[in-house]
Amino acid sequence: MSRVRVLVGTRKGAFILTSDGKRTQWEVSGPHFAGWEIYHVKGSPADPNRLYASQSSGWFGQQIQRSNDGGATWAPVGNKFVYDGVPGTHQWYDGTPHAWEFKRVWHLEPSLADPDTVLAGIEDAALFRSQDGGANWQELSGLRGHGSGSRWSPGAGGMCLHTILLDPSNAQRIYIAISAAGAFRSDDGGMTWLPINQGLRSPHIPDPTAEVGHCVHRLAMHASRPGVLFMQKHWDVMRSDNAGDSWQEISGNLPTDFGFVIDVHAHEPETVYVVPIKSDGEHFPPEGKLRVYRSRSGGHEWEPLTKGLPQSNCYVNVLRDAMAVDALDQCGIYFGTTGGQVYASADSGDSWAAIVRDLPPVLSVETQTLGNG
Amino acid sequence: MIRVMLPAHLRTLARVDGDVELELDGTVTTGAILDALETRYPMLRGTMRDQVTGKRRDFVRFYACEQDLSHDPPDTPLPAAVAAGSEPFIVLGAIAGG
Repeated sequence: MSRVRVLVGTRKGAFILTSDGKRTQWEVSGPHFAGWEIYHVKGSPADPNRLYASQSSGWFGQQIQRSNDGGATWAPVGNKFVYDGVPGTHQWYDGTPHAWEFKRVWHLEPSLADPDTVLAGIEDAALFRSQDGGANWQELSGLRGHGSGSRWSPGAGGMCLHTILLDPSNAQRIYIAISAAGAFRSDDGGMTWLPINQGLRSPHIPDPTAEVGHCVHRLAMHASRPGVLFMQKHWDVMRSDNAGDSWQEISGNLPTDFGFVIDVHAHEPETVYVVPIKSDGEHFPPEGKLRVYRSRSGGHEWEPLTKGLPQSNCYVNVLRDAMAVDALDQCGIYFGTTGGQVYASADSGDSWAAIVRDLPPVLSVETQTLGNG
Repeated sequence: MIRVMLPAHLRTLARVDGDVELELDGTVTTGAILDALETRYPMLRGTMRDQVTGKRRDFVRFYACEQDLSHDPPDTPLPAAVAAGSEPFIVLGAIAGG
């Protein structure tokens, strides 16, 4: 029987949850790296025993940890992230130029084909790549250098490159997203980049339809249809059918179109999940009811999924990297909360249960669907 | 023999128990101690000072002999008691946050 491994990053360590394909009994391992912020843990699609973790601390800086045995043991690898050339400036909160400074790694995206190649999205926003298992990191500086970098500015959470999507049908195509700059696409393996924000509308910036400056919270894509993208923006849920060249709003009947996470069903490219959050000033679910919303039509029409989720007095948030799906026949959906619960559905979202609770605030959730073991 | 006390998180990262003992040639300075620490424990690079500029991380402090040496230039000779090993060189994570 297949197994599932859920990789959870929290404010105070990493946790690894494992279950068989029934997904009813879960074994919890951790905390790994206790006391450190774990922004992200992700496994290599090419070698599921190869995991990478971003470990950071306000005191002691950034570490990258690597496991070659599915998370049983870990070793620190390279942590030297140096911007290429003269970093220059981006826009600070008060509109003044501010020098680029490395703060932390938000997201690690292993190559689809090579376990030793991994991309890192960092704060202040830039994209780095390692081709030796994380030992050494080089910036793909065409992203910051394409011309608009001086106009990027941080959101409340910092100026982070938080989303990296790799096109499984085209090794040269990469999508990334930055708060608050927007979405970008490379068609040459990360050497040059194009802002892909046409159709976004952000009333909180001086030019609501500007080329850059949008606070994109998350992008999602289905592997079988990599030209179709879904976006949870600061406000608005969006969709592109042309690889990001243009976007249309699909918020439809959502109770609020603010939120952080968005993901796509493993086997149904038109089935999309979001967790609506009340507002940018009130980062919790509307009415204290934790509801996942599912669209089976690629947006516009959404249904609330509530069975097994708290429907009163729930005031947690679900952060941008904290939702994932597994690839079992009956697709599993997972998300973690700032209240320390990880909820899972083994039936595409129809019903939910907390598979662990009372962890530190959850920053990220990833899954691995494994063979017999 | 110089004794270095690391904060708990860095001991865990470097996989050491208790104090670290170092043999240094030449003048004993904060910079020389950090160089020796980072050579023996490469995973500590970047945890106490910036890997490029050498600037001390904001929430890391260096104490010895009841003195805060954090603001001294890194090539300042340390007290004789540290060089002799009778007093430890203390790397401290500042008290901050939860």
